[in-house]
Amino acid sequence: MTHALHTAHTPTVDEVWAALDTLTDPEIPVVTLREMGILRDVRVAADGSMEVVITPTYSGCPAIEQMEDDVRATLQQLGVTARLVTQLAPAWTTDWMTPTARDKLRAYGIAPPAACGSASVNATGPSSIVIQFANKTVARDVVPCPRCGSHDTTETSHFGSTACKSLYKCLSCMEPFDYFKPY
Amino acid sequence: MAHIDYLLHLADNAVVLGQRNGEWCGHGPILEEDIAMANISLDLIGQARLLYQHVAALKNDGATEDALAYFRDAHEFRNYTLLELPHHGALVGYAVDNRDYAVTIVRNFLYSALMALLWEKLQTSKDDQLAAIAAKSLKEVRYHLRHSQDWLVRLGDGTEESHQRAQAALNHLMPYTQEFWSTSDFEAQAVHDGVGVDTTQLKADWDSLVQHALAEATLQLPSTEGFVTTGKQRVHSEHLSFMLNEMQSLARAHPQGVW
Repeated sequence: MTHALHTAHTPTVDEVWAALDTLTDPEIPVVTLREMGILRDVRVAADGSMEVVITPTYSGCPAIEQMEDDVRATLQQLGVTARLVTQLAPAWTTDWMTPTARDKLRAYGIAPPAACGSASVNATGPSSIVIQFANKTVARDVVPCPRCGSHDTTETSHFGSTACKSLYKCLSCMEPFDYFKPY
Repeated sequence: MAHIDYLLHLADNAVVLGQRNGEWCGHGPILEEDIAMANISLDLIGQARLLYQHVAALKNDGATEDALAYFRDAHEFRNYTLLELPHHGALVGYAVDNRDYAVTIVRNFLYSALMALLWEKLQTSKDDQLAAIAAKSLKEVRYHLRHSQDWLVRLGDGTEESHQRAQAALNHLMPYTQEFWSTSDFEAQAVHDGVGVDTTQLKADWDSLVQHALAEATLQLPSTEGFVTTGKQRVHSEHLSFMLNEMQSLARAHPQGVW
C-alpha cells in the first residue's frame, strides 16, 4: 500500500510563504500575521528541515496560541514537516507593521500606532477640558480618528479591549475607537 | 542554584502581582479600570510564563511552567512580600477587608517604577533568554507605570477622601519597598555572574521617580524604616498561602487537566 497523501513534491520556501500569507490575526481578522510583523521568516535550517519563525506580541496575548495552531494546520495541509520557532529577540514592535496593515487597521476602525519613541505632540483645544479617566496634562501622541480623520480626539482609558489597544473618543464625530498602542 | 532562584524571583513577582490584580476582574471601581487591571494582569502572567518556561528548560528535569506556578507551596516562592499583600491596609479586630483601589494603585506604582528600571538593565543580562524577556517586559511595564502614576496623581490630588486613602496606602506599603534594596545570596551570585542586576544601583533613580510623582500627587513621602520583609528569601507574610490556595486549587484538583 502506498499513502496517497505523500506526494513526491515537497513545497518550496516560497510556496510555504504564500500559504502562510493567507493567515490573519485572530483578533483583528483584516490584517495578516505577516503584515503585523508576527510571521518573521520561513527558512531551511542547517539540518535541511523547514523552520517557520514567529515573534509573539504582548507577553500575555492569548491570541498567540491560536496563531500557532493556525500555522501548524496550514503546514499540515501543505504536507510540510516544519518546526515552529518562537523567537523573542528582537522583541516585536508595532514599527514592524507594514503600511498596508496600518491602512487596513484604519479602515477597520482601529487607529494605527504612532512610531515608537516618536516626539509626542499634545492636542490642545476642546479636549483639554473634557473629564478623562486618563491624565490630560502629560503630552501624548495625536491620534487621528479612524472614522472622520479629526485630530480632536481624547484618550478615555490607557487600556482597551485587548492588551495592545487603548480606548479613545473622537470629539468631532463623537465616535469611540480603539488605538493600537506603540509597542 | 542562584541563576534559577533569580529567575524564579522575577517570575514569582510577576505571577503573584498578576493574581492579586486579577482579583479586580469583574469588581473594578469603574469599567475602564476593571479592563485596565485585567490587561495589566495578563501582561504580568505572560511575563511569568516566559520566565517559568525558561526555568523549566534550564532545569531540564521534567518540570513545566504549570508545575512551577501551581505545584510549589508558599515557602518555595521568592516574590517580594509587598506583592502578596491584600488590597487593603493592616486590619485590626473585626475590621472588614473591603478592597481599596488606592492600595492597588500605590503598589502597582511602587513596583512598576522598580521594574521599569530593572527590565531596562536586564536587557544586557548574560542570560540571552532573560535579556529577550526583559526587552519585551520593559515595553509593557512602561504602560503599567504610566497607568499607576496617572492614577496616583488623580487620587492624591483629588478629593479629601481619595487623598486620605492614597496617603494611607502609601504609609502602609512604603516600608515593604525596603526589600527591593536588601541583599540576598542568590541575587549577589546572579549579579556576580552577570545574569542579574544590582538593585541598589537603581535606588537613586527610583527615589527620584517616586519623589517626583508624590510631589505632583500632593502626597507625603512616609518613613521607610522598620522591619525589612524577606519574601524573596521564601519567608512570607500570612497572606501568600491563602492567595496561592485560591490560585492553585483548580490545577491541584485536576492535576492531569488540559484545555
